[in-house]
Amino acid sequence: MSALAEAPSARRIAWLRRRRAVAGAWRDYRRHLPGMVGLVILVLVVAMALAAPLLADEAGLKAINSTGNPTWASPSEFGPLGTDGLGRDVMTQFIWGSRISLLVGLAATILAMVIGSVVGITAGFFGGAVSAVLMRVTEWFLVIPFLPLAIVLAAILGPSVKNIILVIGITSWPSTTRLIQAQVLTLRERDYVDRSRALGASNWHLMSRHILPNVSPLILANTTLTVPIVILSEATLSFLGLGDPSNASWGKMLDDAFESGAVTLEAWWYFVPPGLGILLVVLAFTLVGQALEEILDPRLRDKHG
Amino acid sequence: MTAGFISKKVLGALVTLIFVVCFNFFLFRVVDADPVANLFRGKELSQSQRAELREEFGLNGSQGEQFVKYLGQTAQLNFGRSYSTNQPVWDEIKKKAGATIALVGIAAVLSAVIGIMLGIAAAWRRRTKADYGITAFTMGAYSMPEFWLGMLLLTFFAVKLGWFPVGGITDPDSSATGLAKLADQAHHMFLPALTLTLAYLGEYTIIMRSSLLDTMREDYLVLARAKGLRDVLVRNRHAVPNALLPVVALMAINFGFVLSGAIAVEAIFSWPGLGLATYEALKGPDLPMLQGLFLVFSASVILFNLIADILYAWLDPRVRTS
Amino acid sequence: MSGQVPLLSVRDLHVTYAAAERPVPAVRGVDIELEVGETLGLAGESGCGKSSLAGALLRLLPGGTEVTGEVLLDGEDVLTMKPGRLRAVRWTDLAIVFQGALHTLNPVQRVGDQIGEAIRLHSKGTSHAKVRERVGELLELVGLPARRARDYPHQLSGGQRQRVLIGLALACEPRLLIADEPTTALDVMVQAQVLRLLEDLQERFGLATIFITHDLSTLASVCRRLAVMYAGRIVEQGPSHDVFAAPTHPYTRALAGAFPVIGDQAFRMAPAGLPGDPPDPRHLPEGCPFHPRCPAAVETCSSVPVELWPAGPGRAAACIHAPGSPVPA
Repeated sequence: MSALAEAPSARRIAWLRRRRAVAGAWRDYRRHLPGMVGLVILVLVVAMALAAPLLADEAGLKAINSTGNPTWASPSEFGPLGTDGLGRDVMTQFIWGSRISLLVGLAATILAMVIGSVVGITAGFFGGAVSAVLMRVTEWFLVIPFLPLAIVLAAILGPSVKNIILVIGITSWPSTTRLIQAQVLTLRERDYVDRSRALGASNWHLMSRHILPNVSPLILANTTLTVPIVILSEATLSFLGLGDPSNASWGKMLDDAFESGAVTLEAWWYFVPPGLGILLVVLAFTLVGQALEEILDPRLRDKHG
Repeated sequence: MTAGFISKKVLGALVTLIFVVCFNFFLFRVVDADPVANLFRGKELSQSQRAELREEFGLNGSQGEQFVKYLGQTAQLNFGRSYSTNQPVWDEIKKKAGATIALVGIAAVLSAVIGIMLGIAAAWRRRTKADYGITAFTMGAYSMPEFWLGMLLLTFFAVKLGWFPVGGITDPDSSATGLAKLADQAHHMFLPALTLTLAYLGEYTIIMRSSLLDTMREDYLVLARAKGLRDVLVRNRHAVPNALLPVVALMAINFGFVLSGAIAVEAIFSWPGLGLATYEALKGPDLPMLQGLFLVFSASVILFNLIADILYAWLDPRVRTS
Repeated sequence: MSGQVPLLSVRDLHVTYAAAERPVPAVRGVDIELEVGETLGLAGESGCGKSSLAGALLRLLPGGTEVTGEVLLDGEDVLTMKPGRLRAVRWTDLAIVFQGALHTLNPVQRVGDQIGEAIRLHSKGTSHAKVRERVGELLELVGLPARRARDYPHQLSGGQRQRVLIGLALACEPRLLIADEPTTALDVMVQAQVLRLLEDLQERFGLATIFITHDLSTLASVCRRLAVMYAGRIVEQGPSHDVFAAPTHPYTRALAGAFPVIGDQAFRMAPAGLPGDPPDPRHLPEGCPFHPRCPAAVETCSSVPVELWPAGPGRAAACIHAPGSPVPA
């Protein structure tokens, strides 16, 4: 066998091994009841978000198109979920709101994970002064109260979906960094890393080929556990008036409901659905995340249940 | 625990505080080229108004000069004047802190006590109906936006049933004093305090449960049982004190965050504290007020983190005596 | 003294741990008898069931564990006692010297308080001063200054912690002491000191003692009688000098012949001269469970069940090579 033929086969072995690991994890996952419940909820909500154009006409989000509807109609009087003070169909808002809530939840989480992982891996891998500086900065960001910082940032940048993703992303990374850095520290001392280093592997090679694949299960579990926090943060920021007025999320719906006096009118149909939606999605992500954590981190296996 | 340990921690906290103060400066002045334009977006500003605002924000002069001036003012707790009341920001904060500390303090203590007790009950009855019930309840409470919970409670108990006032801290028409006034305030505080307590206790329950489950595997519990202690005493004297250590640290850290955590809930219940002040400053927008609040919130987190470190060291003999 | 009830009489004891897939039998029918003041050594590798046996005597095993048979303490069955009676028996009749590892003692309580707790529990109404005095006495008895009562476990060395645990075990003047690997965590010098202390106390107070360890040579010097456990059963027993000097069972021979470096952790897992690992209790070999590792195994060993057969005066061994074995080897 030539050296050329060997290289892909080694990669293939690694690929097969990884595929087997994933298949094994899935087998464990399927047996995890709370995890499966969470997954089913998630699939349903995501399906609703993706199918929004089929389920409800986007035009119904605008008051101008709802002038024919009664205002503050209860579910028994109009549609499945009634109307708001402008006559807009709550169901339509609920379906389209899921898109923004999920989009912000996922995008901001990914941003936070990328920052958190890059800083964490760098700090853990290089150690010494680099680590000391990076971890000190991380500590500082951990101390700044998240909500006021996000409020100030969002107020300065202005309310838009892009900005809210940015704000939540850059305020949510420090805890991930700490987690990843600690894990990398233990990995760095493993034999195969030493061996690879002795063979002249570059830092980049070591980080991307040895460190990253080993922390990725941790990153995955952490990601699923960060999404719910991000979704709740988005809801709070939107509720405080920092949500994008033209792309209303569930949080923005709650803000609109409160501002338009739905509470004093007892128009529960306006604010119960979006809150319930947030509750379900957050719960689902938490269940999935805990299940992943248990399955991917053997140390936790017999701790939660 | 030595004086060296404490002074090291205090020094660390001071460095962090200085970082936050500097960060605050850059946040408001450097992040965006023209904060004035951004904060007053949508509002007509004349050229002279604009210049006046720039002067007021200290946006004139070189960046370095601005920074030095800012540091000097901040050191004297001079955060400028609120736009809406034209009072010094620090005075406004002092005036409103009491209401927040009362509401959030009560909720923080209640949620910690109840949350910890639920966590103990769940862990001790692991894998029973009680455990599943408690876990489901806390997961649910933990998963909902706390202001939404507030809206539900407000609609049902205040608007529909009329059991509680819909907002504020006292009845504006009442001239009650002394105990009657206190009772009125408690009546007003009930729903927001309930909301915050329910919102916070989930985390304590989850952490206490997991910490106690870890502790329950320890050998010293077998020894305690072998000595002839009742299970309840094994739990209360040996398992719980050990399991509480990490939770107490979490509690102190959380106390730092609660000051800023009630913004939305205070807004829902029109509770006249720092949270409502933040909400109103945002709607303004009242930039000096926001900036002052941000610093106060951050300082409280730093302070309680310091307390958590010292408390943990003091409670854990392994740290205290080494 | 025939006719009199022995201090401890264990009959056909089985311990089975609950597990997800199938239950794990850790002890499979053990009989032990102990007179007042007598010493018995219990030896075997890790996982042979000796610690499960010790836990079963005071019902300290985790919930869900199935324990059957009889544990008669002065003729009274511990396994069927009411909870209140069981708690009263614990520590006053039967106390355990646990291994002096860091987490055997509560890390956030002073050691004096942990000893005092046992005293206060079993003699209610003892005055504060009296308890403190007694704690001081106990610490001095085990060779520690009384002021050590104010220390936390992490402030003591391994040997000192072991002494505290011995003192703690003596707090309520029990008549039966179980010492579960009391010297394992210690280095050689300290091991010898702790052993001497235990021997001394045992003689002074006429304590009946069950001494559990993986180290056969230690037992031979401390105990009068010896029992060797393998895969949840006693495979050889008899007067300790005879057993140690001339083992009948090949497993005992391996344990005795292997001169361990005392305290060597590796030895604890696999005594020298023995190939292979202790068997998985869920999948025990047919016949004699030791046969796959046995240097003297013959064909019948893999099919014929073994039990304790006579092997000399006061001795028995579960091996078809034993003199009293009815099975032709």
